[in-house]
Parts: sequence; C-alpha cells; structure tokens
Amino acid sequence: MPTKYHIHTAAVPNRYATVIRSGVIAWEEGCLKCPRCVKKECVYGVYDKRGLDSRLMVDSLDSLCKDCFRCVQNCPNRLIHKALNPEYKNLGDEYWTPEIISKLWFQAETGRIPVSGAGYGGRFSGQGFDAMWTDMSEIVRPTRDGIHGREYINTQVDLGRKHQALEFDNRGNLLSPILPLKEIPLPIIFDILPWSPPLDRINHTLLRAARSIGTYTVISQKDWDPSLKAYLNHVMLYLTDGPDSFEEALLKKLNLIEIPDGPQVLDQQKRLKELNPEAVIVVRIPLNAQSPERALELAQSGLEVLHFTADEYGREQGETPLAIKDRIKETHLYLVRYGFRDQVTILAGGGVAMAEHMAKLIICGADAVTVDIPLLTALECRVCRRCAEGIPCPVNISQIYPPRGAARIRNLMAGWHSQLLEVMGAMGIREARRLRGEMGRAMFFEDLEREIFLPLGKRI
Amino acid sequence: MSEVIPFNPPEVRPAPTRFRHALSKFRIVIGKECDNCGLCVSLCPHGVYQPGAKRPKPVKDYLCLGPACRKNNFSCLVRCPKEAIHLNPNPSFEVMGDSRWTADLLASTWTMAETGEVPFQGLNYKTGDSGGGFDKIRLFFSKDNTKKGSKKEPSLTLELNRSGDERPRISLPVPFYLGGMSFGSVSINAILSRVRAAAAWGTFCCTGEGGYPDELMPYDDHIITQVATGLFGVREETIQRVRIVEFKYAQGAKPGLGGHLLGDKVTPEVARMREAVVGSSLFSPFPFHSVYSVEDHKKHLDWIKEINPRALVAVKVSTPTDVDMVAVGSYFAGAHILQLDGSYGGTGAAPDIAKKNIAMPIEYAVPKVHKFLSEEGIRDKLTLIASGGIRTAYDAAKIIALGADGVCLGTTDMVALECLRCHNCESGRGCARGIATTDPELTNLMTQDWGTQRIINVYASWMKQLRSILERLGLASIRELVGRWDVLRHLDYLQDEQNEGELE
Repeated sequence: MPTKYHIHTAAVPNRYATVIRSGVIAWEEGCLKCPRCVKKECVYGVYDKRGLDSRLMVDSLDSLCKDCFRCVQNCPNRLIHKALNPEYKNLGDEYWTPEIISKLWFQAETGRIPVSGAGYGGRFSGQGFDAMWTDMSEIVRPTRDGIHGREYINTQVDLGRKHQALEFDNRGNLLSPILPLKEIPLPIIFDILPWSPPLDRINHTLLRAARSIGTYTVISQKDWDPSLKAYLNHVMLYLTDGPDSFEEALLKKLNLIEIPDGPQVLDQQKRLKELNPEAVIVVRIPLNAQSPERALELAQSGLEVLHFTADEYGREQGETPLAIKDRIKETHLYLVRYGFRDQVTILAGGGVAMAEHMAKLIICGADAVTVDIPLLTALECRVCRRCAEGIPCPVNISQIYPPRGAARIRNLMAGWHSQLLEVMGAMGIREARRLRGEMGRAMFFEDLEREIFLPLGKRI
Repeated sequence: MSEVIPFNPPEVRPAPTRFRHALSKFRIVIGKECDNCGLCVSLCPHGVYQPGAKRPKPVKDYLCLGPACRKNNFSCLVRCPKEAIHLNPNPSFEVMGDSRWTADLLASTWTMAETGEVPFQGLNYKTGDSGGGFDKIRLFFSKDNTKKGSKKEPSLTLELNRSGDERPRISLPVPFYLGGMSFGSVSINAILSRVRAAAAWGTFCCTGEGGYPDELMPYDDHIITQVATGLFGVREETIQRVRIVEFKYAQGAKPGLGGHLLGDKVTPEVARMREAVVGSSLFSPFPFHSVYSVEDHKKHLDWIKEINPRALVAVKVSTPTDVDMVAVGSYFAGAHILQLDGSYGGTGAAPDIAKKNIAMPIEYAVPKVHKFLSEEGIRDKLTLIASGGIRTAYDAAKIIALGADGVCLGTTDMVALECLRCHNCESGRGCARGIATTDPELTNLMTQDWGTQRIINVYASWMKQLRSILERLGLASIRELVGRWDVLRHLDYLQDEQNEGELE
C-alpha cells in the first residue's frame, strides 16, 4: 500500500497575545467579600490564574474565559460584566472578518481544525463563497468510514498539460510525446503576498513550509535572493522580465515557471521550454470578464497551466466584478464546452480565506488554489495592512524565525487538508481530481432561491 | 388500531433562572439623587423593582421594557420625581448570541421558559438576524382571513402514521417532538428534563445515539430510540420497549460525518452505556456499513419492524441536493416518518466547516421534498418532520407552511435550560452551565424538576403563539397550514400585493 500523505503538526504558541472577542470587567468597589466568591467557582480557572503577563503586559484572565456568564449572573452585587473587545471588532475588514482571522490563528497555533458545540451561528448566506453549499451523500458511498477512512482520500493534483487522447501508430507504439507533469499532494500553492513587511525572512518561511508539505511558493523575480536556492524544488518563479533576464542555470533547474499574460506568452513559453523542457510553464492572468475566452485561446495554443488571480476580496477586475467562484465556474464550463478543459490546469486564487473556499473553488472548476493572506495570518498577521503604508507591523512579522513560522503555516495547512477531507468525505469523493468541477454536487444560492423562495405567496 | 391518548396540557408554573440574576438587555442604575420615595416600585407593572433600605433595587431588570417604556404612563424613567433612574444597554448582553440565535431570541426564550407566556418586553422573539431563510420569510395575515376566524380553538394535532398499514396510529396533541441528544453529549438531568417535558406534552423525545439509560424506563411510551451508524447502546430490548424507532442516517450539523463525542466527555458511565473505553473519543462511522443501497435501507427497516411489531419507524436524514429522492426512497422502504435535518441544526460537537457548508438549510429542503412527494402522489402517506434551525414558534409555523407536517426541536430545549450558545459543549468537563456535560458536579447545577418545568413552559408559550397564528390565518387546524406557500412572503421577492394585510 502506498504511503499516505500526512502533515505533521505540533502546537506552536503565539509570539503575541491574540486579540480576543470579549473581555471581563470586574469591579472591586462594592464587593461584599462573600466567603465563597463566584470567582472561585469558575470552571475554566479564569480567576485562579489571573495575573499580569509580564512579557506582554496584558491580563491573562480574558483569554481563558469562554463566556459561560456564570460569574456575571451569580455575583450578588453584579460587579462582573463582559464586554466586546473593540480591538477584535476592528480586526481585518468586511471580507477578512475577525472570526476568519481568529480561526486561522487557532489552526496555525494548534494544527487542529475548528470544532465546536451547538449549531451554526452565522449568516444564512452571503456574497461569493457564502452563496453555495456543498453536497453530502446519504447512503450510497463506498468511499469512507468516517474519520477512520480519511487516509484513503487522495488530495493530490497534477499541474501541467495533458493529452486529450494518446496517439499510437499501427504497431501500437506511442506517438504522443510524454508531457511534463508536476504533482502536489494537496491542491494549494502559496502565492505572492498582496502586501507584507519586508520579505527576506518571510520568503524563507514560506518556502520552508512549502518544502515540508510538498508544494510550491510563488517567488517574484524582484524578490529573488540567492539564499533561496536551497528551496529550488519548491519555487515557482514569477518571471516578469522575460526568459533572458534571469540566471539561466537556475531556470534550467526549476519545476514551475510563471510568466505574466500578454502577447509575448507563446514566445516566452517556447524559449523557456528550450532552456528547460521539463519545466511546466504557468501563465498568470488577472481574472476578468474575458477570462473564459482567454482561457480557451491559451488552451488551444498549447499552454499548460493557467493561473487566474482575483483581488484580495475574491473579486475579478472590472466595473461590476463577479466573485472569483462565479467567473472560474464560467471559465471551466467554457473550456468544457469546447473540449479543452482536461488539457490544461487551472489555478485560481485571491480571497481564498478559509478551507471551505478551497473546496468550493475546486468544485467550481479550479484544479488547485493559490493562497496568500492566510499564510501571513498564520504568522499572526492581523490584516491591518499597515505594512502596505510603510507603518511597522504590530506583530513584527519581518522578524519571524523561519522554522517557527513554517511550523505554524504547516499547522494551518494540516487544518485545511483535514477540512478538505471532511468535505470530500461527506460527498463521497475519493480524489481531489474528481472534486474539480463537480457542480452537480453543490448547491448554489441563486438556484435555490429561484426554485424555492421566488414562488412563495402562491398556492401550490 | 387507533391509540388515543387522553390529553390535558401540562400546568405552567413559574420557573425563574437558577442563577442569582437573569441576563437582561438593559441595566437600570438608580443614582444618588434617589430619596427612596418608592414610586418606581409601585408604578412598574412588571415587578422590576423591590423596595430597598437606601433605594429600590431593580432585581428583575430583565423584565424592563427598555426605553420604549417612556411612552407609558407607568414609566419610572419619566415619572421619577428626582430623575434618578438611568437606563443603559447591558454590555454583557452584546456579548451573547450570534446571527442565528440573537441575544434577543435567547432572552425571549428564557422569558418563555420562566413564565410560559409570550414575551412582552419588546424583545424580538420571532426572527433572528441571519439575513436569509426564516429571517427573511414572513407570515402574511390578510385582512379577509382574520375576519373569518372561527370560535373554536384551532387543533394542533399531528398524526404520525399515515401509511395505512396495520401498525398503531399515533396522534400527538402538539405538532412537535424533541430531537435526539445522547447520554454523554448532555447530562442525565438534561435528558430527563426533556423526556419528562415531552411526556407532559403527550409527545416524544429521542434518545440520540448513546444508549438507553435505565432512568428512562418509566417514560418508555414517550421515547424514540435511535439507531445510528455507531450502533452505540442499541439492543433488542431497547428497540422492543418503545413505540417509535428512529434510524439516523445523518445529522444536519455534520452531514456525511458520524457522531462526535470527544474523549473528555466519555466518563465511566458513558463508556459503560456505549460499551466503549473511558476517555477515548468516539467518532461514529459514516455511513451505515449495512446500507449501501435503497434495498439495504428497506432491509434495515424490515429488521426493526420484525423485532418490534408495534413500532413506527422514523428515518432521519440530512439535506443533500437529491433530498427529494432520498425521501421517496425512504417512503418505499417503509418509513412512517421522515425527518429532514437541515444544515444549520444543533450538535454537541461538529467541525465548523461542516456546520456551515455541507448540505442545504431546512427552509429549502422542506418545500422541495413536499412538492416532490405531492407530485409522486405519496405526500399523504408519509409524515414529514422538519428540524435543524427551528428556533421560534414563528419558524415552526413557517416550515409547516412550507410543507412539513410537524417539527423536531432540540436547541430550544437547551436554551430553555439556560444554554447561551457559548459553543463550548464539546471539550473538557463540558458545559459550564451544567447542560451538555457528564461531569457530576456540573450536572448538579440543575434539578430535573426545574428543567422539566422550563421546557414545559417554553412550549406552552409556543403553543399559544401557534394557535394565535392559526386563528389569524383563519385556519381550524395546523393540518390545514401544511404546504400553504400562499401565506408566506419572502422579503427579497415581495410583489405588490393585491390584498392588504400584515407581514409578521
């Protein structure tokens, strides 16, 4: 039996105290000095361990509290209250919500997936990824035995071009050339960060993490540093200035080379293939309304991997931008219609903030996703974007110790991998490659609303 | 073979909070200006104040009507001669709840559980704030309907066996039963409170997948025993003991995944009941390994029917895209009751990704199944029960109008027992409030009598609300409400209505 893909996890504590949702307010004035104070009855020992953390200068109490409200309700003089933490409310923005950020922190710290009691507490639906649900299979499903069968689900995907059909001569000899194909064990590639503090240590951290889980990090040509050579097998170099602008010896060794979309794409691909026939060439294309046509054009001209990028909110370019999942869906179906889908690989990224986004984007037609901001968040980023304005990072990410940071990113990826298994297991799908484009195994908000809610008010 | 249960609704008795103070939306502060004239004590009809030595004490501020009270002639805020009374939002209240179960819904459910009445404090006890589904659907009360309301009290009866077979016809006096929560996931006190309240209401409560504790035996006639994928605690004698046996194929909160009981909660008692190892996490497999086809499904049901010839068989499924086909399959396999558990339903522990994303909300699934079963001509042969995200009497009325015959409830019971949805049921000693725990000390934070009364009360309030809804719709029974899409409006798709009326 082949070895199963497994991401090793180990808890890596935060360097800085995390921003928590609510705090405890406890007044001393008016205290009756009850012999059995409610604070002593705290199930979580919040008050026992109370003390000022000398390193961080914060109260240790708030982070242990789990909002059971027993002390709030039982203090005779009502001296204890809870209050929302304004700093928490201000984390991130409407898209990168405090809930998303804090769950990313949790996964990076613990390597565990978020599990909780009580039912779902969020919005009914929303924009983009929140406007779809994935399917499950009730009975017929020879794939999985709950959590015990998860290692039999394969999350590996291939990057590269494939033949629509193999050609043979009269004697049965293979005529089709064997095309280079790169495999990644989970459908995630680390992308260029939209903003960040100085990258030196961060790139080392990302590459280290990519190496430990078997995937790639996109490194922009301008950020290249000879010290990154150690990770060459996990670099997807973004070559912005043409094939002759970079050290030839290195180009010959790379597995994946990305080039920007443009009229020069075919020439550049040809040149790079001359240098390194085993490399797979990726074209980076900003996602927009023309993406389906462009994808077909490139697929027809022999390109291998198309990497569509949306902005950090998961929106394409244009006046009235579509969500990434919708345009990728359209692009995928367009290629299917013209018979070119299986020949190219589609990568998609931008706004991928949670494990569920990865699963949903793949269902909508991407072979694999590219991730950016969550990687920084694993390094305790608060998505304040101060670095983009040149203001120092509140959690000093540029000073991260790469092995420590890589371990946190690995933890996060382990969490995402496990969650992908949960979703695929529930659907009864055993291969990430089979998940791609399985739109019949998903439910879309617009369809359900049209079918179910639009007719309300009429007698059936 | 009709079984008629003589039924008198249980008595509502006050069951105030078991903690020292109830959580209130507003905080009343009486300033130093107060000369203790006692006017506020005598003015307030809701008994917010108690006389005090220095100044009155707002001991029941959770009954205060808030700033809206200013318009009343009994408003203490307006009439205090010293203007000493100050009303502020309670910061703790903001920390409570979430979009689905808002702090208002929690507090209003607590009021119902305490008093058995419809909340009067101006809390929104009808909808949450999730921005879709139930929270965007309104009941439409046309003026014509309200006029023709009959004098007779509308019937809330729910028939459980419509198949026409020779098994008993069980008829519930109320359109709900209580959903499965296993011993292990919740405390024995919570289980018995639910079971006793179900018995008092003449309905049923499901055991969940955790065995059949001996303490339940006096209530055999009101228990649904569950057969789930882990087969924990399933024995021939427990199946023979009850009137309804439920097959749990899937659960809405974690569709496609088996039950989760994390190790900390597997105490010696729980382990014994489940024939498992103390402290070891229990993940039920998925799916049933004896069922890989609809034919196997029938075999399963036949097996139960053979073991217990008087039992009705319920099938609990989640809501995949092909939920309508699953429903038809269950009917032809011989199910009497089909429970659809929507994806936003409750759980003791589930991965967050599953709670939010897998399978569809119940508001979509019920109309889809109702329509499909009607087209297949078998809608009247199967009892369709909806669960998973039904929080209020209004949700219940809406889902019945969307096509369910009745509802199955769980989280409401927990909230009645003063759960505040802190989402920490799964780990450590379990629920700090003594509901979803097996820790002996925490379990004793609650008595069974108190718990039973709270759950009786909350449904007393619901039944009042349901009757009032039926009266206002001009309907004589809840049966007549089933599938009446015409009494519903969705706020996103409101069209110019010809007839006038109220949306609520």
